[in-house]
Amino acid sequence: MSPLQTVPAGSLNAHDARDARETRPSARQRNAAARTARTLRRRRVVNAIMVSLLALSAVIAVIPLVLIVYHLGRSGLSSLNVAFFTQDPKSVGEVGGGMANAILGTLMVVGVGAAIGMPIGIGAGLYVAERRATKLATVVRFLADVLNGLPSIVMGIFAWEFLVRPLGHFSAWAGAVALAAMLVPMVTRTTEEMVRLVPQSLREAALALGYSRSRTALTVVLRTATAGIVTGALVAIARIAGETAPLLFTALGNQFRSTSLNKPIAALPLQIFQYAVSPYEDWHRQAWAGALVLIALVLTISLVARAATQSRVDAGSE
Amino acid sequence: MATMSRPITTLRLERGGADDAPVSARVRIEALSASFSGKPAVKNVSMDVLDHRVTAIIGPSGCGKSTFLRCLNRMHETVSGATATGRVLLDGHDIFDPRVNPTAIRKHVGMVFQKPTPFPTMSIRENVAAGLKVHRPSPTGRELEAIVERALRRSALWDEVKDRLGAPATGLSGGQQQRLCIARALATDPEVLLLDEPTASLDPISTQSVEELVYELRKDVAVVMVTHNMQQAARVSDVTAFFLHGEMVECAPTAKMFTAPQDARTEAYITGRFG
Repeated sequence: MSPLQTVPAGSLNAHDARDARETRPSARQRNAAARTARTLRRRRVVNAIMVSLLALSAVIAVIPLVLIVYHLGRSGLSSLNVAFFTQDPKSVGEVGGGMANAILGTLMVVGVGAAIGMPIGIGAGLYVAERRATKLATVVRFLADVLNGLPSIVMGIFAWEFLVRPLGHFSAWAGAVALAAMLVPMVTRTTEEMVRLVPQSLREAALALGYSRSRTALTVVLRTATAGIVTGALVAIARIAGETAPLLFTALGNQFRSTSLNKPIAALPLQIFQYAVSPYEDWHRQAWAGALVLIALVLTISLVARAATQSRVDAGSE
Repeated sequence: MATMSRPITTLRLERGGADDAPVSARVRIEALSASFSGKPAVKNVSMDVLDHRVTAIIGPSGCGKSTFLRCLNRMHETVSGATATGRVLLDGHDIFDPRVNPTAIRKHVGMVFQKPTPFPTMSIRENVAAGLKVHRPSPTGRELEAIVERALRRSALWDEVKDRLGAPATGLSGGQQQRLCIARALATDPEVLLLDEPTASLDPISTQSVEELVYELRKDVAVVMVTHNMQQAARVSDVTAFFLHGEMVECAPTAKMFTAPQDARTEAYITGRFG
């Protein structure tokens, strides 16, 4: 059909259909069609195999988590009762009691650790992101990466060397400082990433209104990145909540309820460890329950973090 | 669009009244040069920005028109490695004077960018008031409300947002966001308003509303607008400056510029032979 020939749009399909009926496909066309069909079939098979392999990897990846949760539920759920949350451990040999002291201890140590670590981490992250070209920023970024890869027991040694040894006693403070030392590099890096996501145009808009650089960073940039920073901080807190090694020779653990930051304090991971290696059947069951509570705590923090990301808080609306 | 079909040559003639009154130079630019890490972007530009007039800066991409604009409120120097020499006199005072605080300059010279930049965490009201917070004395309560309303009225946005001042600014359309940014810049009552391709990211309807707004704003402020759209320069500006390779080739009343350009390069550009 010559391009100059004008055909009403509607009649085009009718033409094609008649053409197809009138001319039978040649042998060459049939061969080509068969080849295409074979290639297509082969592609579909390869695709199906690859997709199943990937699905299998995904399933294998979550199997440990499923098994852990299943096993914890089976062994721990039966030992969970009101007493577990409200009572302190009974003396050795006595059946019953709970881990109220350890739950309280974990909340205190993690809370103080977060209170120390988060401002430092957020401040460092903001600096590293906003002054990314300076020598200090480069050094801090590199050291934060090194610290992130450091075994957590080293953080415990650090706190022991600087707090426990000079003061002459183990304490909740030392545990909190060890956890804070773990938290700082994690929060630094996530804060930096979130701050870098804030578009340059927003900074320029603030500067053009007469904001100073520091005011721009603190009010506009930090506020815009808040949701992401909160998420990152919560994930980091969830991680330190389950740490055992940094607490071993800082917070030490305590069989009794203590609310003093200057004394050794119990913590869930420590208590679980201590009970798990003990020879008592009842303590074993309580260790399982403690592990279940710990994992539930971490899961809750993670869920809150997810919720915080999704509901991009409208800090501006009334 | 009505404004678009208006012939360029007759546009000047339609204006009258206040336009005929003598105007003074709000900003005097003397031998301004600007560079990035030693690479010159603006070379030895001298011109006047008239009060109550819209000055359009046109020219091909990379000709230094945005850099020139950013020198006028000292935003240029916020980029690392950027330097500027020469003098920019705002009402007779050199803004490059070492004793001058650049943040104070930006209260008097407002700026709006190509992409609308409302602060996403702030409400419409907070966005408009954002610039007021950093300048003393900062108004509060009733006074603040009045300033916010006035700024929104001046940017022709009041009627569209008066019932939802507490709503997030990001809920507005692109054109509304841009007018919000203009309101934000107007809230500090600047003498000069710099617009860096303010309609480049807007649809034709929003573009028209911003153009009409710019045309209205001449009553109160001196406007300098960078645009890559020559029709836009012809529609809304009183004076046009043509930039090429960092130099200002020609600066003349817009009607003259588009009908009888003095320089062959200007003529080549506005007749579409390059750029």
